[in-house]
Amino acid sequence: MASTSTIKKERKDTSALVDTQKNKKAMTALESFGRNAGLCIYALFALFPLLWMILCSFKADAQMYNTVFRFTPTLDNYEAVLLGTDYFRAFFQNLIVSGGAVLLTVVAGVPAAYALARYNFKKKEDVAFQILSFKFAPEIMVILPVFLIFQKIGLYDTYFGLIWVYQLITMPLLIWVVRGYFEDISVEVEQAAQLDGYKWFNVFFKILIPLVKPGLVASGLLAFIFAWNSFTFPLVLSGFNIQTITITSLRYIASDTVHYGQVAVASVIAVLPEIIACLFIQKHLVRGLSFGAVKG
Amino acid sequence: MSNSRRSAKAEVNYNEVPRNVRIRPYLIITPGLLILIGIMIPFVTAIFLSLTNYSFRLPTWKFIGLRNWINTLTNPSFYRALWVTIKYAFSATLTQMVLGTIIALLLKKDTLFTRILKVLFTFPLMVAPAIAVLIWQLMTSNSVGVLEKLLNVFGVMNFPWASSHSTAMFTAVLIDTWVNTPFVLLLVLAGIQSLPKSPFEAAQVDGASPWFIFKTLTFPMLKPFMYIALLFRLMAALQEFGIIYALTKGGPGDTLMNISLTGYMTAFQYQRLGEALPYLLVLWMIVNITAKYLVKRQRKLAMQAQGY
Repeated sequence: MASTSTIKKERKDTSALVDTQKNKKAMTALESFGRNAGLCIYALFALFPLLWMILCSFKADAQMYNTVFRFTPTLDNYEAVLLGTDYFRAFFQNLIVSGGAVLLTVVAGVPAAYALARYNFKKKEDVAFQILSFKFAPEIMVILPVFLIFQKIGLYDTYFGLIWVYQLITMPLLIWVVRGYFEDISVEVEQAAQLDGYKWFNVFFKILIPLVKPGLVASGLLAFIFAWNSFTFPLVLSGFNIQTITITSLRYIASDTVHYGQVAVASVIAVLPEIIACLFIQKHLVRGLSFGAVKG
Repeated sequence: MSNSRRSAKAEVNYNEVPRNVRIRPYLIITPGLLILIGIMIPFVTAIFLSLTNYSFRLPTWKFIGLRNWINTLTNPSFYRALWVTIKYAFSATLTQMVLGTIIALLLKKDTLFTRILKVLFTFPLMVAPAIAVLIWQLMTSNSVGVLEKLLNVFGVMNFPWASSHSTAMFTAVLIDTWVNTPFVLLLVLAGIQSLPKSPFEAAQVDGASPWFIFKTLTFPMLKPFMYIALLFRLMAALQEFGIIYALTKGGPGDTLMNISLTGYMTAFQYQRLGEALPYLLVLWMIVNITAKYLVKRQRKLAMQAQGY
């Protein structure tokens, strides 16, 4: 009697065990379903606007209103924007200003980053923090007096004026991020090179720069993207001579007689270089975006 | 920031080196600083100009003491702008923090699918504010927008988006969220990937519930990373200009007139520069104080998370 009851009990136990295992399996299946569903919903939110932008850029104005996904693609919008307007000019001017800004930042900022990483001098942390705090200064506040001064000294609406002001965007980023990359290099590397008879600037250019190059290129590209996207500075400091893409694109906004296909083309042209650049810097993105605070 | 704790070996002893080597760091850092300080001279100018009646319209200007400041601080439109600034900053930042953290937690498992998504999700972050507004205009336009067509299916016609008092803030925050959620997501994800394995395994062996693990392990360990995201997002949202300017220039009415917008409009539309500056200097103070506080908290948390 006793033995049968134990057997029964054991059977019950194992069946309960199988049940919980089944439950667990169902739970993980449910969990991964929920996980993927959540991701898909967010993906729709994050990516559909970009997809829609590309779709619209190939839609003829006539088909814009009565079609959603099925339409005959056309390149008319691209032709209209690239040949019919000065958008392409704005594209190149944006390229010159942002590229120039990054170049100046690299020339002046990389040595500063090196000094902040390697040397131990008075007020070092204060200087570093001051450089970071430039990033948090409200752009509008900085720009009003700059506007007055630039008009007085003739820098208003010039390439150099904009490139100089863009340093507020690009320089703190580059100095803070590249400083971190310098710190990652062990100081023994430098000492070994010095023992081999290298002068300090040779150590810098022949040993250190090649070592930080991936990080330097990535933060340079990120600084370029930030400069490319700048809105406030060119809005106030550029006039008829220089027009950046972000400012030129304003004319497509909120007008009643808008050609939506051309709006889409304008956005595609502005976004495409950035997305391509973004693909190259994925590995360094977190580090760059957080100014080196998170070494992702 | 958290990497301010420098490794001791990266330091050079300065008492043994000659003077020309000792001043070298200052020389190296000078060009960078000069360029930045050149730009910050205007800051001093800003304080000075806020004490004058400077205007683009008047040929001369004179010193008027604190009158601009008193006018601003007693002006109800200043407090409205302050309220809009706070409302916008908090709703945008909060939405992005919550959404970004959730998506980062969902992306935790490393599969091909999540690896592709991680790359794709960074795209909106690259988009300029003005261009983001353009892109969302294509989505929300009442004539060609796909969202309008979707809402029509549910019987909602002509959803007003940015053109109505009640939905303008929502639209601006929506666009801001679209652009900036990936920022939070990336930082939190970097935090998740840096989590140590053993405490989680121990908790699982002890049979702790997923919610308990999240509450007592994951969340506290992610906090330093979330603070960095919060710092950057809140600072930017407090002074948001691009999205709002491109979307409605602060309208309809003064619905979206935050301090940045009001300062800009006062200076350029109404041509009263002296009156615009107190607005912006107050904004600068708010941003600076908040940043200092958050940086301090973040440092403390990072220390705690590392067990100091």
